[in-house]
Amino acid sequence: MQRIGVFICHCGSNIAATVDVERVTEALAKEPGVVYAVNYQYMCSENGQQLIKNAIAEHRLTGIVVCSCSPRMHEATFRKTAEAAGLNAYMVEIANIREQCSWIHKDIEEATEKAIVLARTAVAKILLDKPLTAGETGVTKRALVIGGGIAGIQAALDIADAGYEVDIVEKRPTIGGRMAQLDKTFPTLDCSACILTPKMVDCAQSDKINIFSYSEVEEVKGFVGNFDVKIRKKARHVDETKCTGCGVCMASCPSKKGLNEFNMNLNNRPAIYIPFAQAIPNVAIIDPEQCLKLKSDKCGLCQRKCGVGAIDYKQEDSFVERKYGAIVVATGFRPIKLDNFNEFGYADNKDVVTSLELERLMNAAGPTKGTLLRPSDGKHPKVITFIQCVGSRDVSGCGKPYCSKICCMYTAKHAMLIREKYPDTEVHVFYIDIRTPGKNYDEFYRRAVEQYGVDYIKGMVGKVYNENGKLMVQGSDLLDNKQIVIPSDLVVLATAIEPDPSVRDIATKLTISIDTNDFLTEAHAKLRPVESPTAGVFLAGVCQGPKDVPETVSQASACASKVIGLLAKDKLKGNPCVSHVDENMCTGCSQCEQVCPYGAITYIDKEFRIGGGKTETRRVASVNPAVCQGCGACTVTCPSGAMDLYGFSSAQILKEVEAICKR
Amino acid sequence: MSDIFTVENIKRISGTDVRKCMKCGKCSGRCPAFDDMDIKPHQFVTMLGQGRVEELLSSKAIFNCLSCMACVERCPRGVAPANVIEAVRDTVERMQGGDAIKAEDIPAIVDELIPQQLLMSAFRKYKK
Ligand SMILES: Cc1cc2nc3c(=O)[nH]c(=O)nc-3n(C[C@H](O)[C@H](O)[C@H](O)COP(=O)(O)OP(=O)(O)OC[C@H]3O[C@@H](n4cnc5c(N)ncnc54)[C@H](O)[C@@H]3O)c2cc1C
Ligand code: SF4
Ligand code: SF4
Ligand code: SF4
Ligand code: SF4
Repeated sequence: MQRIGVFICHCGSNIAATVDVERVTEALAKEPGVVYAVNYQYMCSENGQQLIKNAIAEHRLTGIVVCSCSPRMHEATFRKTAEAAGLNAYMVEIANIREQCSWIHKDIEEATEKAIVLARTAVAKILLDKPLTAGETGVTKRALVIGGGIAGIQAALDIADAGYEVDIVEKRPTIGGRMAQLDKTFPTLDCSACILTPKMVDCAQSDKINIFSYSEVEEVKGFVGNFDVKIRKKARHVDETKCTGCGVCMASCPSKKGLNEFNMNLNNRPAIYIPFAQAIPNVAIIDPEQCLKLKSDKCGLCQRKCGVGAIDYKQEDSFVERKYGAIVVATGFRPIKLDNFNEFGYADNKDVVTSLELERLMNAAGPTKGTLLRPSDGKHPKVITFIQCVGSRDVSGCGKPYCSKICCMYTAKHAMLIREKYPDTEVHVFYIDIRTPGKNYDEFYRRAVEQYGVDYIKGMVGKVYNENGKLMVQGSDLLDNKQIVIPSDLVVLATAIEPDPSVRDIATKLTISIDTNDFLTEAHAKLRPVESPTAGVFLAGVCQGPKDVPETVSQASACASKVIGLLAKDKLKGNPCVSHVDENMCTGCSQCEQVCPYGAITYIDKEFRIGGGKTETRRVASVNPAVCQGCGACTVTCPSGAMDLYGFSSAQILKEVEAICKR
Repeated sequence: MSDIFTVENIKRISGTDVRKCMKCGKCSGRCPAFDDMDIKPHQFVTMLGQGRVEELLSSKAIFNCLSCMACVERCPRGVAPANVIEAVRDTVERMQGGDAIKAEDIPAIVDELIPQQLLMSAFRKYKK
């Protein structure tokens, strides 16, 4: 016979203001199986926990029901309390009478009634609970970082610094991400490459960090502490172990029409190329779309020129399979496409550029070698107009509903840099709002206005059109209540950013979630900002939400500390609420195996006695409890009802339903 | 005249939620009739939100708006300034009395693809 104690929490007035806790106590005391019921102001407090411990001893309780907040908040607390008093930790049930009751109801009568039903339901369930013991699994002491931008680089460096191995999987031929494309960085205006490349070099030199460049995650299996990941190393047609990055091949290649992605397609590069001078790894790559040898078996010059025999036209994609204890997602962003915004004339005018293109036009390693020249005729622009919020804060369906967060700051940066270098240039900025919170950020923007004389105009641009070679920027000057037209030589669009589109595929592979804008969602917006809802998977950088470099680096380091905390453990306590099979009922139909997202189910051939001294061999399912995450997909799929979960058995759930319906 | 009824009625006829406006001015930045308007497109939205219909009802702009719908097309917040202008104009018409068009004439000219606002606007122009 079970002896159940019920503990009803007031949660200050959070529960007690809406739920009549006395009535709940009285009602529950009368429930069959319940030998003790009490209410208290804060059950989670030291005193509250002591009250539970005392009651367990005094009333020889076999299980406890705590009616309080969501189990996500204090289930662990009360399990420990029960354990300290000699009960099995799993002889604890939580009835959520706060989030699911007092907080969402106004009427005391109704809320009290519902609290009683919820508590009874928990009692019905606990009467069928059995003590469970959590198993333990080992932890693979290696982390995987997906994405080698500044977020991934920082996370990898910090994890390596703690002594753990890290692999970076970067889909592009080099690590560095967007930051490598920037010219100078706010708020201090230091050269982006000067502060980024030392970190890239550190990654290359670290004996703990292994970079899989031009690679992608193909498949992920397993669970926290024990992920099995298959990585596709795409064919670069150059042997990484041989190439010295001398660049002879690039000079010899006759096919020079490839678009230079690193320079935002503003100029061309050969079919065989190294993305930029400080690329890591400093290894050439062949663009199969442009290479004459790969396309039509002509040429082959680079192979002949290469002094170390690194060129391999026959190279194919290869695969690596490795185990990891933790995974960091740092897949970053891209600027949105501007197809929906023809009012700004981006597609029709070469001299309407995005801000990221401007970064390249100002960079010494860019297509203009750092001299700001307009793409159309190579002339120096005298009047430059910036338009902020292009595609951001747009709920019309054309753009993105959110503020991209970085563009007010980088536009001020661009405006200042231009006025500094070319004082004869007139610079205008159309803005809706200036959003520059952050240390020294508003001061930075004010410097653009006060020190550099940048003309900020409150209002949005309605259209940009070409008139006699001038770009006419027509917009509102709201403070003057006028419509103005600024004849400009160059127009710069502070374009909204969006998560790298591959994030959807990554999210599916890792069973983590994305929001309506495809940003990865954190486990808790405030309290678990760098963890994904899936244990062992962490988030860093713009893939989680728009942010600048300082914020990205902070988040990446926070992420690393979480990873280190996980890898430092030798064993992870598993979840005992896993699935198990009734072999007598299993028909070996394989349906459970197909639905299990963790690959926890396999099949075995087993002998069964069938009477008369005879045996028969049948194929039956077998669950690996270390892999099973207790999601329950198999239990609802199994047509013969052979699958069941410990701690959440079908019988228990039916009892709960019964308790709710009884009234 | 500027009673709550008129305000609510204009909001209802316009079918647009003026609270969604983020005061960016893109509508007025685009409007081809801007210079001829005594009250500008973005002001129609703001002023209706403030309940200042008296000023709107006596504005000349309601007869300068071209109904080109550029402001509606460009608004990043899904607000329709032209619809507000049309609703104000419509209210003025109604207050002057007399229907501009006979109900039985409508089905013959209606095409499903024509925006309702354009239709209204056309009635106005061909009235006189
Ligand atoms: C025009 C412009 C100017 C800016 N100026 C500044 C500035 O002055 N100061 C500042 O602080 N910030 C600035 N920023 C913001 C800065 O660029 C970002 O904060 C920073 O780059 C974010 O880093 P990240 O690592 O999160 O993303 P990213 O830099 O985008 O890196 C992500 C990396 O992941 C890789 N990747 C993506 N998907 C996959 C996949 N599926 N598998 C493997 N790899 C993948 C990408 O190839 C990339 O290398 C600017 C941004 C822009 C657009
Ligand atoms: S073989 Fe291809 S990559 Fe090499 S030089 Fe010829 S075209 Fe260029
Ligand atoms: S950061 Fe500034 S420019 Fe960018 S979307 Fe936000 S408000 Fe607009
Ligand atoms: S474009 Fe839309 S959001 Fe902007 S001012 Fe006009 S109505 Fe308001
Ligand atoms: S519909 Fe009227 S207010 Fe709107 S842009 Fe056209 S003329 Fe201007």
